[in-house]
Amino acid sequence: MTDTEHAHQLCTFRVGELVLGVEVTRVQEVLRHQEMTPVPLAPGVVSGLINLRGQIVTALDMRQRLGVGPRPAGELPMNVVVRHDEGVVSMLVDEIGDVVDVEEAAFEPPPATLSPLSKALVQGVYKLDRQLLLLLNTELAIRVAHKTDDEGSQHG
Amino acid sequence: MQDDETIREFLIESHENLDQLDRDFVALEADPTQRDRIAGIFRTIHTIKGTAGFLSFRRLETLTHSGESLLSLLRDGALTLSPAMTSALLTMVDRVRAMLSHIESSGSEGDVPIEDVMARLTALRSGDAAAVATASVSPGPAAGAAAPLPSPKAPATKTPPAAATQVGARSVAPPVAPAPPRPVLAGPASSEPASAEPEPTPASPASDADPSAHAPGSVSEGNVRVDVGLLDKLMNLVGELVLARNQILQSGARIEEPSFLGASQRLNLITTELQEQVMKTRMQPIGNVWSRLPRVVRDLAIACGKQVRIEMSGKETELDRTVLEAIKDPLTHIVRNSVDHGIERPDVRAGRNKPKTGTLRLRAFHEGGQVNIEIADDGGGMNLDAIKKKALERGVVTAERVARMNDRELMQLVFLPGFSTAEKVTNVSGRGVGMDVVKTNIEKIGGTVDLMTASGRGTTIRIKIPLTLAIVPALIVSTGGQRYAIPQGSLVELVGLDGEQARGAVEWVHGTPVYRLRGRLLPLVSLNEKLRLGESLRDQLNARRPITIVVLSADERQFGLVVDDVRDTEEIVVKPLGRELKGIPVFAGATIMGDGRVALILDVMGLAMLASAVGRGRDGTLRGAAEALDDDAPAEMTERQAWLLFGVDDEGIMAMPLSDVARLEEFPRSKLERAGRRSVVQYRGAILPLIHLEVDDAGDSGPLSVIVHAHRGRSVGFVVRRIIDVVEAAVRVERVGDGASVLGAAVVQGRVTDLLDVTRAIERHLPEFLEGRAA
Repeated sequence: MTDTEHAHQLCTFRVGELVLGVEVTRVQEVLRHQEMTPVPLAPGVVSGLINLRGQIVTALDMRQRLGVGPRPAGELPMNVVVRHDEGVVSMLVDEIGDVVDVEEAAFEPPPATLSPLSKALVQGVYKLDRQLLLLLNTELAIRVAHKTDDEGSQHG
Repeated sequence: MQDDETIREFLIESHENLDQLDRDFVALEADPTQRDRIAGIFRTIHTIKGTAGFLSFRRLETLTHSGESLLSLLRDGALTLSPAMTSALLTMVDRVRAMLSHIESSGSEGDVPIEDVMARLTALRSGDAAAVATASVSPGPAAGAAAPLPSPKAPATKTPPAAATQVGARSVAPPVAPAPPRPVLAGPASSEPASAEPEPTPASPASDADPSAHAPGSVSEGNVRVDVGLLDKLMNLVGELVLARNQILQSGARIEEPSFLGASQRLNLITTELQEQVMKTRMQPIGNVWSRLPRVVRDLAIACGKQVRIEMSGKETELDRTVLEAIKDPLTHIVRNSVDHGIERPDVRAGRNKPKTGTLRLRAFHEGGQVNIEIADDGGGMNLDAIKKKALERGVVTAERVARMNDRELMQLVFLPGFSTAEKVTNVSGRGVGMDVVKTNIEKIGGTVDLMTASGRGTTIRIKIPLTLAIVPALIVSTGGQRYAIPQGSLVELVGLDGEQARGAVEWVHGTPVYRLRGRLLPLVSLNEKLRLGESLRDQLNARRPITIVVLSADERQFGLVVDDVRDTEEIVVKPLGRELKGIPVFAGATIMGDGRVALILDVMGLAMLASAVGRGRDGTLRGAAEALDDDAPAEMTERQAWLLFGVDDEGIMAMPLSDVARLEEFPRSKLERAGRRSVVQYRGAILPLIHLEVDDAGDSGPLSVIVHAHRGRSVGFVVRRIIDVVEAAVRVERVGDGASVLGAAVVQGRVTDLLDVTRAIERHLPEFLEGRAA
């Protein structure tokens, strides 16, 4: 990874129909599908826990986060492991794309046609030759709102 | 502020650094241009100066300050190191060492002279060649003998007069006249013949004559200082090794190659031992933390006008350093609280027939893989009414809620944020930051805090904390198709029930499952239901599927966790969950199992909370105390009343309303007589019929404990094993009595308690008593 200042290199991936990118510098690694341990009582976006060489990493389903419907049966998600202030978290995506160079000139705010959910999570669009690449607001995408445990008390 | 631990650390560290300085200076002399080396020396001196200032060693601070000033010029390249400078700096190092030795032996800096060295250093800094030349003549003391230096006349002009007289007064040796300058080639330690020194030495005052003879190393000998980060890393690696070992053992079970089996067995043993040893390197006796408490108590007692004696037992109880670090502040806070709020002033104590000097007892011991720490004072105890009042004042609870709370619940109020019962806010404690922080900090490391108080007799706070946070033995259970780890610290026992048994054994009280465990009602919690996976308990029972009840204790309460199956016990490495999952109270972390998959670790406390939250409003008796704070559901509670707690065997607790108790008596067993089929004693000139509630009294030769109950002017005695306590509480009665003499069960002060049905008991055992006419 070259350390050029402001080199807008994005790691790209697909979630449903959306082609998204995150700053390459935030990505720790990309992994094939990993076995997951589900976490009961966790918010729906939490798919489970994976064992990343001895480190336990929470996997978040980007389909659910972006509201693009459930993953078709039989398809296995891929992991994009990104860093945040307190550790790492894995974003579950459908497919991993290339690392692409983008130019500021090709950047635009998100189109109004995006669903409100996606719009909140997309910082803008890079117009590439053959496709549109959405820049994901990683910080928001990996934030999990804490629900209180009052759900539990109504159960049973 | 000068607590011994800090000073000790300072000494060890400084001794090592000074040794390094000696080497650095020697190396520098060969090549004076090594800036980074000078920078290193500068940092060392700077550190010593800083710490000395912090610990109020003023002379040491002053001395190192002047050395530092010269070094900073050298570091910046404004001056070049000359032999004169080297020797002056080395002299300074020797003096520092002498002072440190003095501190080590007597706790004070002593009177090691510093003025002459300072003068030399100052002169060197300003480039005053003449003064330097003169000054450098005065031989520095050899490293081993810190004899007071003769005070040279020349630099005296630069020395403050007061300091000069001090030096002069102390120095009996004749001052060395400004003799022919002699170039100092090497440090005085090596070139100045030590033999030249001893002559004046004997004349010098004895007090600090030989402070450095035993100096470097006496503290640090036999110890290697290891970076804590390294220990943590080591611990992590051992954790990984344990996991790998588990994996090998697991897959090894399928390989029937003898040599492999042998190797994996060895690996197993070695790993276990390695783990123990590495854990040991991190263990420290709790005494390390306690050692500063006597001083805290002493100062505080004086400030509060109290007399407090501190007693400690179990000082040697060892804890992982991370745990120890975590309890340091909570512990100090509790101790301060006890002295400030708990123990009464001498006059008050005298008025209460207690010794004027209060006692604070600290006790630590291991129990069930956990460390228990008790802080007990013999003070006034907690005033429940004051707590109630304050809680309402602070608005932390509503009046309706308070009215329904029992004593234990009331006590738990002090753990709420922003709560303080101190009648007046002192500068010692009682600022309202306190017990809530204590509780939070202790729970953060998987511990619990409990509080017991007896009015007029004192308060005991019991902290239970895990021995270590890193690797814990755990029970692996499976439910809903997933594995979960339960730390064994909270495990009491396992009850396995096959389908048919289970259906009969699980009873339902207002929709809440309970199990009779040796006569006591054990509330059940279905892990499936709590985690919202798999079948509900009812479905499981109806389908006649086997279940396992994992009996757990949380906060002194027991409950049974129903799981599908129990796998194994395993050493697990506790790993934290990401911030995404911090909000889920039932998980304490996660671990990696032998097959490389992740398993969640259950937080027993969290489960208990969740369980009681679910049970609330429907089954009040199963609730805990702390959770009752946010209990809004009305329930049929008895009036708040006094209960006599007693035991009919060595374990269980029974209760009867104190209003039904006329007196408590003890009779020697020899007084026991027979009247027909009845067992009686003579009591106050009449015959007292007895009802034996005590189970299996054979072999007990002690006196009979008898609760005398009066009814229409007649008396009857209940023979019990032991009288436990009198408490005031409102309870909710669970009507699951045995139909004979037990009215039902209730939670009194957090413990399941059988309520004696006095009337039924008499009816059953002594029917004629009720028919008897009033006298």
